[in-house]
Amino acid sequence: MDARPPTPAPPTPAPTTSPPRRPTGRPPGSRSRRIEPWMYLVPAALVLGVMLVYPLYQLVLVSFFDYRQPQVTGAEPLEFVGWANYRTLLSDPQFWEVLLNTVGFAAACVLGTLAVGGSLAVLATRLTPWVRTVLFLAALGAWATPAVTGSAVWLHLFDPTLGPVNQALTWLGFGDFSGHSWTYDKWSAFALVGAQVVWCSFPFVMVTLYAGIRAIPEEVVEAARLDGASTSRIAWSVMLPMLRPAVTIVTIQSIIWDFKIFTQIYIMTGGGGIAGQNLVLNVYAYQKAFASGQYGLGSAIGVITTLLLLLITLVYLRALRRQGEVL
Amino acid sequence: MTLRRLRNDVAGLLVALVVALPLYWMLLSALKPRAALEAGDPAPYTLEPTLESFRRVLLIDGFGQYLLNSVLVAVVVVTVSTLCAFLAAVALTRYRFRLRTTLLIMVLTAQMVPVEALTIPLFFLMRTLGYSIPGIGLNQLGSLMLVHTAFAIPLAVWMLRSFVAAVPKELEEAAWLDGAGSLTFVTRVLFPLVAPGVVACSIFSFIMTWNDFLFARTFIISAQENQTLPIALLSLFKPDENDWGGIMAGSVLMTLPVLVFFLFVQHRLANGLGGAVKG
Repeated sequence: MDARPPTPAPPTPAPTTSPPRRPTGRPPGSRSRRIEPWMYLVPAALVLGVMLVYPLYQLVLVSFFDYRQPQVTGAEPLEFVGWANYRTLLSDPQFWEVLLNTVGFAAACVLGTLAVGGSLAVLATRLTPWVRTVLFLAALGAWATPAVTGSAVWLHLFDPTLGPVNQALTWLGFGDFSGHSWTYDKWSAFALVGAQVVWCSFPFVMVTLYAGIRAIPEEVVEAARLDGASTSRIAWSVMLPMLRPAVTIVTIQSIIWDFKIFTQIYIMTGGGGIAGQNLVLNVYAYQKAFASGQYGLGSAIGVITTLLLLLITLVYLRALRRQGEVL
Repeated sequence: MTLRRLRNDVAGLLVALVVALPLYWMLLSALKPRAALEAGDPAPYTLEPTLESFRRVLLIDGFGQYLLNSVLVAVVVVTVSTLCAFLAAVALTRYRFRLRTTLLIMVLTAQMVPVEALTIPLFFLMRTLGYSIPGIGLNQLGSLMLVHTAFAIPLAVWMLRSFVAAVPKELEEAAWLDGAGSLTFVTRVLFPLVAPGVVACSIFSFIMTWNDFLFARTFIISAQENQTLPIALLSLFKPDENDWGGIMAGSVLMTLPVLVFFLFVQHRLANGLGGAVKG
């Protein structure tokens, strides 16, 4: 966020033919400037208030009500049920399975993303410039691909009969893969979605860490080398500590992002997999609300997801603060 | 030394190849003749490329309309959200007032709100709004424009902040001496000066809106004519008889604009903003 626009050139003064007008506004820094900022804030505050703050309040509110299809149509009155939705959830083994799925899947994706992105960032520093450009362009393509089309392409690649992956595996002699479905088994379905997620999120890690490595002054590494430190020692004791801010940022960003994945799971596993085996929290809430009409229960799941993410966000904010991001 | 570099270069090229493969295959399948695709032709190239799949999705599956809808939503969101965010950024950087830091932290926190969790209340909000305001309720493109404008503002404020802050104070004083009021300064002097920032944050808002799947899926329930690209693409999926040529052609149409815009903002992606734009 330190990218600044080039310093603006001072505007060329217009030739003054008429006598200079008397300033109409108040001088910058005067007392009327107290209300001015609030006027500029109004449009944004209005939109955010209606579309972000109010729904957030509603989400919490609905999670305390018995709110199902009959209540939506008005056939039955709304009933305040207190913590009942939460109790239902916490005593439902499926909820715990989904929570475990979510945490496990996010953790695997984050680790995969960091491992791939990190090692490619290191590799990128050792490449001939044109090769590096090629690698970065390829990564940029994966990064830019929308989640929807990315999911579609990966499904196509892994299509049981027509997909090139199964054809190649069969041809290479790994056994008969024609007709093998990757989304049928719970773990192979998660692995497939995870691979897609890593594919489109490692470029962010790679580019950020590459910039971080490049920002390490040449002299520091040179000094360590003169002192007789080995390459691995330099990487571990010199470069890693200097990279820590960047690593923290990409890790937390990845956690936040992988924790709330919706599109890839929804599309690639057909809305949560066979018998809901591939559900994660966001998809679970969506299905509870819009497929089975239990809006109160869905909202309770939403509240839990939000609280978990809030926790991660607080850690993120602290990390940003420590890096001296000016507020 | 050179041998090691050669080995690294070969590894780098292989990785690039693997990473680019899905995109290449997308384009390849979109251009392959339908017969070859359905016969499971494994060749990683095609000798008779055809635009037939594109013609099919655009003319028969109605992707022309959906493309237009997506563009319409994105353009409105980009315009309105950037304007709101710019004004808010002016307030938060060029003025010192109580609550300023609190508001900034709120903007940062707002970026982290999992909007996916808000689907349920927003669904009902749109239903209610639809009763009184035409064009905004469920099944209307206005509902998508409204929510995405809200979702785009926090990141846009955060991005524009540094651009607005970089304009020197003296300029403001000079404008005042020339008789410009605050609003004149902001619209006539400040806005053109932060144009690079406006372009960058517009592109981010565009990509976020363009890629949205969840809200389009939730709000546009039955109005076929108001679907956007992601949902149209999903509707092409049919168990066991996928028209992969059509799906891939649609995917190319949807991916291409994002790819072009990414090339524009690539130098800004490294500083922590990139993570916010996925999904």
